Amino acid sequence: MITLSDVHKSFGPKQVLRGVNLEVPKGESMVIIGGSGTGKSVLLKSVLGLVRHDSGMILLDGEDVTRAARDPFLARFGMLFQGAALFDSLPVWHNVAFRLMRGHLKRPKSEAREIAIEKLRRVGLKPDVADLYPSELSGGMQKRVGLARAIAAEPEIIFFDEPTTGLDPIMSGVINDLIREIVVEMGATAMTITHDMSSVRAIADKIAMLHDGVIQWTGPVADMDSADDPYLRQFITGSADGPIEAVR
Amino acid sequence: MAALILAPLATIGRSVMGLLAGVGRVSIYAGATVSHLFRPPFYPREFLIQLMQIGFLSLPVVGLTALFTGGALALQIYSGGARFNAEAVVPSIVAIGMVRELGPVLGGLMVAGRVAAAIAAEIGTMKVTEQIDALVTLSTNPLKYLTLPRVLAATLSLPLLVAIGDSIGIFGGYLVGTTRLGFNAANYIQNTVDFLEAWDVISGMIKGAVFGFIVAMMGCYHGMNSGKGAAGVGRATTNAVVSASILILASNYILTEVFFSA
Repeated sequence: MITLSDVHKSFGPKQVLRGVNLEVPKGESMVIIGGSGTGKSVLLKSVLGLVRHDSGMILLDGEDVTRAARDPFLARFGMLFQGAALFDSLPVWHNVAFRLMRGHLKRPKSEAREIAIEKLRRVGLKPDVADLYPSELSGGMQKRVGLARAIAAEPEIIFFDEPTTGLDPIMSGVINDLIREIVVEMGATAMTITHDMSSVRAIADKIAMLHDGVIQWTGPVADMDSADDPYLRQFITGSADGPIEAVR
Repeated sequence: MAALILAPLATIGRSVMGLLAGVGRVSIYAGATVSHLFRPPFYPREFLIQLMQIGFLSLPVVGLTALFTGGALALQIYSGGARFNAEAVVPSIVAIGMVRELGPVLGGLMVAGRVAAAIAAEIGTMKVTEQIDALVTLSTNPLKYLTLPRVLAATLSLPLLVAIGDSIGIFGGYLVGTTRLGFNAANYIQNTVDFLEAWDVISGMIKGAVFGFIVAMMGCYHGMNSGKGAAGVGRATTNAVVSASILILASNYILTEVFFSA
C-alpha cells in the first residue's frame, strides 16, 4: 500500500503540491487526473524519490520511502514514462531487459533476451522488433516497448505517466486495454496519471483528482459520473466554464 | 543615494555568490563521480564504448590540428629566429613548443569542442526525455553508468592523444623544415632528439590527463543540469564547451607554473 500524507513540494516560489493525502491499496489501480501543470508527474516522481518532497510523509507498506534502501525499493517498481524514455543508444531488447542485465536481478544475456522477447510479445510486438533501435519505431510502438520494459522484472507496483499522450485514439485504446490486462494479470498495484478520460474509464478502479496542489475528489470510478464535485464535473465534461480557470 | 551605491555592489555580490555556488556544485559532482571509481557495480562495456568515442575517434581532429600547428610553428620560428641569426633552433623549439604547450592545449581545446559538446548534448537530451529518470527507476546510478565511464575514458585517452599529437606536430615541423626551410633531414631529427627531455613529454601528457578530466566532467555536468527542451540542451552544450575551454587554459597556466617555474 502506498500512503501519502500531507505531502508538500515547491519549486522556487511555485507551490506545486500543497498537502496531498492519498492512499493506494495493494492490487488496486489508482488513476490521478488533473489539468496540465497541476503536479501529477511531481507526485509520481516523489513516490519514487526522483523528486524529494519538502514535507509530509510518503510510505510504502508503512516504510518511509526516503529512508528505504534504494535498490530493493526501486526493484519493486516499474514505470512507463510519458515519452517512453527508451535509451536510444541500445537496441529494443536491451532496453526491455535493462534491469535483468545488472544488479541483483542479473541473469545471463541469452536468458534476459528471451524474457525481453516474451515481454515484447505480451505487448503485441513481434520478435523482429527486438534488434531495432528505439528511433526506428513509431510513437505507439515505443510506448509498447516502454510498457514491456516496465513489466520486464514483474514489479509489484507499476506507474504510468500519461500513457496515451501523443497517440491516436485507436492506439490509445490498445494501450489502455493492454495496461488494464497486464495490471489485472500481474495483480500489480498501479498508479496512472492522465488527463485522457478514455484512459480513466479503461484503467481505473479508483480515481483521484488533483487540483491546486491537493486532492479535490477521490472515489471509485463508478461514482465518478454521479459525483457532484464541481471541479470533477468540469474536468469530465471538458467545459471551459467552472471553478477551474481555463487560463493557467 | 544609498540604493545607488548598494545596487551595483549587490549585483557584484550576486554574481560572485553565483560563481562560488557553481564551483561548489561542480566540485561536489566531481567528488561524487570519483568516489564511484572503486565501488561496484562497474560498467566495462560503457567504458570501452567511450574509449572508442572519445579517444579513438578524436584522433583525426587532434592529428590534423597538430600537423598544421607544427608546420606553422616551424615557419614562425624560422622567420623570428632569422632576426638574430638563430634559424638553427627551429627543430628544438618546435619540439619543445609542441610537446610542452601546443600539443596538450590545442589537443585539449579541440577535444573540448568535439567531446564536451557531444557528451553534453547526449546527456542533456537524455535528461529532457526522462531517460535519466528511467535509469534511476531501473536501479542504475547515472553517475556510475554515464559519467564515470566518460570521465575515465577521457582522462586515460587524452594523454595518449597528446603523445600522438606531439609526434605528428613534430613531424609537421620536420616536413616544413626539410622541404621549405632547407634543413637536412637527419640533422633535423638529431636536433629534435638531442634537445627534447623525457620530462617535456611527460609533463605534456599529465596536462592531457587533466584536460581530459575537465572536458568529460564539464560535458557530463552541464548535460545532467540541462534546462528543458531543445533550447536547454543547446545552452548546456554551449556552457560545456565554453567552461571546458576556459578551465583548460586556466589549469594549463597553473600546471605550467607548477612544472616549470624554478
